[in-house]
Amino acid sequence: MTFSADLGLAYPELILAIGALVLLVFGAFAPKAARLVGWGGVLVLAAAAVQAAIGPLGRGFSGGIIADDASAFAQVAIFTASAICIPLGQRWFERRGVHNFEFPVLIVLAALGMGMMAAAGDLISLYVGVELHSLALYVLAAMHRDNAKASEAGLKYFVLGALASGLLLYGASLVYGFVGSTLFSDIAAAVHNGANTGVLFGLVFLICGLAFKVSAAPFHMWTPDVYEGAPTPVVAFLISASKFAALVLLTRLLAEGFGGAMIQWQQVLVALGLISVAVGAFAGLAQKNLKRLWAYSSIANIGYAIIGLSAGTAEGVQSMLVFMVLYMIDVIGFFACLAALSRKGRDMETLEDMAGLIKEQPGIALAMTAFSLSALGLPPFSGFWAKVFVFKAALNAGLPIAAVLGLVGSVVAAFYYLRLIKVMWFDGSVGATDKPPAEAKAIAVALALFSFPIVLAALVWIYPAAGRAAHAFGLA
Amino acid sequence: MPILSLITFAPLLGVAGILALRLFGKADDPKTIESSKWIALVTTLATLALSILLVVRFNPADNGFQFVEETPWFAGLYYRMGVDGISVLFVLLTAFLMPICIAASWKAIEKRVLEYMIAFLILESLVIGVFCALDIVVFYIFFEFGLVPMFLIIGIWGGARRVYAAFKFFLYTLLGSVLMLAAILAMIGISHTSSIPELMVYHFDPKVQTWLFLAFFASFAVKLPMWPVHTWLPDAHVEAPTAGSVILAGILLKMGGYGFLRFSLPMFPAASHFFTPLVFALSVIAVVYTSLVAFRQTDMKKLVAYSSVAHMGFVTMGIFSGNAVGEQGAIFQMLSHGVISAALFLVVGVIYDRMHTREIAFYGGLVTRMPLYAATFMLFTMGNVGLPGTSGFVGEILTMTGAYGVSTWTAIVAATGVIFSAVYALSLYRRVVFGTLDNARLADIGDLDWREVAIFAPLIASTLVLGVQPGLVMNLTQASVDHLVSAYQAAIGG
Repeated sequence: MTFSADLGLAYPELILAIGALVLLVFGAFAPKAARLVGWGGVLVLAAAAVQAAIGPLGRGFSGGIIADDASAFAQVAIFTASAICIPLGQRWFERRGVHNFEFPVLIVLAALGMGMMAAAGDLISLYVGVELHSLALYVLAAMHRDNAKASEAGLKYFVLGALASGLLLYGASLVYGFVGSTLFSDIAAAVHNGANTGVLFGLVFLICGLAFKVSAAPFHMWTPDVYEGAPTPVVAFLISASKFAALVLLTRLLAEGFGGAMIQWQQVLVALGLISVAVGAFAGLAQKNLKRLWAYSSIANIGYAIIGLSAGTAEGVQSMLVFMVLYMIDVIGFFACLAALSRKGRDMETLEDMAGLIKEQPGIALAMTAFSLSALGLPPFSGFWAKVFVFKAALNAGLPIAAVLGLVGSVVAAFYYLRLIKVMWFDGSVGATDKPPAEAKAIAVALALFSFPIVLAALVWIYPAAGRAAHAFGLA
Repeated sequence: MPILSLITFAPLLGVAGILALRLFGKADDPKTIESSKWIALVTTLATLALSILLVVRFNPADNGFQFVEETPWFAGLYYRMGVDGISVLFVLLTAFLMPICIAASWKAIEKRVLEYMIAFLILESLVIGVFCALDIVVFYIFFEFGLVPMFLIIGIWGGARRVYAAFKFFLYTLLGSVLMLAAILAMIGISHTSSIPELMVYHFDPKVQTWLFLAFFASFAVKLPMWPVHTWLPDAHVEAPTAGSVILAGILLKMGGYGFLRFSLPMFPAASHFFTPLVFALSVIAVVYTSLVAFRQTDMKKLVAYSSVAHMGFVTMGIFSGNAVGEQGAIFQMLSHGVISAALFLVVGVIYDRMHTREIAFYGGLVTRMPLYAATFMLFTMGNVGLPGTSGFVGEILTMTGAYGVSTWTAIVAATGVIFSAVYALSLYRRVVFGTLDNARLADIGDLDWREVAIFAPLIASTLVLGVQPGLVMNLTQASVDHLVSAYQAAIGG
């Protein structure tokens, strides 16, 4: 392949990289025009998403970058989610007296890293993508720097994230040492007839590193603390796009690189998935802070996505992709609700704060009810369809125990979602709330409407698109 | 004309109307509240009219599904609707009870009336959808989402321990339902279809049937409810507002029995046959044990709630007898219980609205102040006992006859339940209505007003008409029941 053809495959990433740099320079010279930088960021992300959707397919840079249906699907979803987070976050910071243009630039840079993760074809681009997106996220988490909790969250996230990167790098070096190549296709050839112990050792480290990034239990310890402290819109971004990118990367690694060792990684994933579901369901029961609660909810939900992936079939991957897209919409919507709510200038983050919300803010309370029911997995909300496809894939792949245990876990978790609904609907109001900012409310309501009823129409094309993406990974 | 979708979603037009009221008016304006009640009443009456039209146009000679609608959806799923002789009457029962619920809540509900009406209309839509769905996933959506409006009805407008009751109701039912969901997904995976008619003729491997049966059983046994998973029901009933209890006893419980008829028997005949002794045992325990428990209650609503569990015992007994008499009896018993237990909860609601207590000991001697009420109460007590001439008798005698053909002992033990039901029902009646009027606070309690008479009139009429002319129901169900029974008997080699 020629160099220009290679570049053509990487256009989405190049658009983001150049766009981020231009925005950075523009912001530095026109610090008053922070909002303009924000819209510029949205524009760059939209352009990258369109390019990912219509751009050429193939493998470039000696296989280091893969542009196929899977990377296109993931990039469109990730860039869209990132674009929603920009107006949500920028206005949130403005209201708190933080006027900076770096926020959109950092989101675009993180999206660039995620785009690389979705398109990674070897261990080098895997690592570069993970680091690029992580570094941007560490800064974002600590962005509200006058807030002690946010700074603590950023530091915690950085220290533990660096540990995970170390694991990832160590695993990558082990695999490279035993296989002699960093390319996923070479690894696949080497493990075609079963992997030797050294490679498996490396694989386990790689899985651990990525499990940390998606906060699957038992690598979830950082999640509640970081989500509690980090600014609400940043959490919306952390919990959605970042996890989706890491899961796509995990899928790529396992399906393309370690397809021959499926028997081995399948067990690891089933265990990760079920432990995550159990931890998320039971530990969530004790939470009073909604950001912490949703951290545990996300641990459980990532567990479901991993159960889908553990099926090790194209159907399983398809179910995971659909699950994550629907889940991203739900969590961004939920955190948009939280970002919209305050009482006398104080953020409303605990369960008690939500008492009687249906009287104070019927629109936002209805949206939060929809997101809670969706997270609970109640039909006909999007979360139900997400779970249905995952469990169907697990059953068809011969994992009935995992499916049934996962479903039972969802009944345990139902308790805390119901408690939120109970607080909002049954309890008396504890005082008037401030007028919610227009953009956060609009995002929340729009995404709630997607959760139901738009999802019923949207799945008609999301589902087959995820199917094409899943087949690109090369699983049966 | 897609009449089933029309009936199913017609109540949502009322929801749209009330939402429009809310958007363009003040929520606490008395005019808005009054018009929201009228919107709800008119919508439910219109749905009733459509349902009557459906039953009139229904062809009783056809043993298959009628008025079928089918539209492809995503992921190989379909939106399918259709009714047969078994489901069509439940649609009518739902549409029949809903206007009564709205009328019964007219004065009893004072706070958040708009939301209350919306919750009931959504609930009606979902319940009708359960009975009309011909696709197993569509069925599950309606079946499961019905929990949410009921959760809110109990939790917002319920009594003192409403939060506990609402959670218990929701989580209990959810646990049963998710197991059913697992079974549904497994069935789709095995048979590659989600169409209920196709699944009814699909032959699952007997070993697989056992697991699938148990998963469905978990859901329907909780919903019905069967002993020993009935404990959520008394709590839910006691805390729910009157109309909530009416819907719960009148319709929601029937979804469990309907599920057995629609899924368990036709789709897993071998497993159903295998588990029949278990179901029979649980049924007679329910009949005898919960009747005795009912006798010891001091709260009127709780007493009626336990009597519901006992009556549902007859239903499961009839269904699993596997012969035409038993099935007919079970369906009839469900319809009859839908009317009578609904009426009994309304009877309790009448004096609760006046005195705000349901303690039996509080009352006594009501007959001297409320003669009309006493007569109404008497009729439904007799219906509950199963006096010949009321609809309660037909269902009980048929289910016992059906069970007698399969297991003599089951029928004999269940028959004692008829006596026990007379014990608790008559003693309740005696303690509340007869005796001397000792309680000074009861001195000026008023008799039924015209609104309450209007509520009870259709219930009295249907109890008596079905009691003396059960053929009205049987003719409609005959063909479908025969079809079900012959397929079942062929499958188990009987």
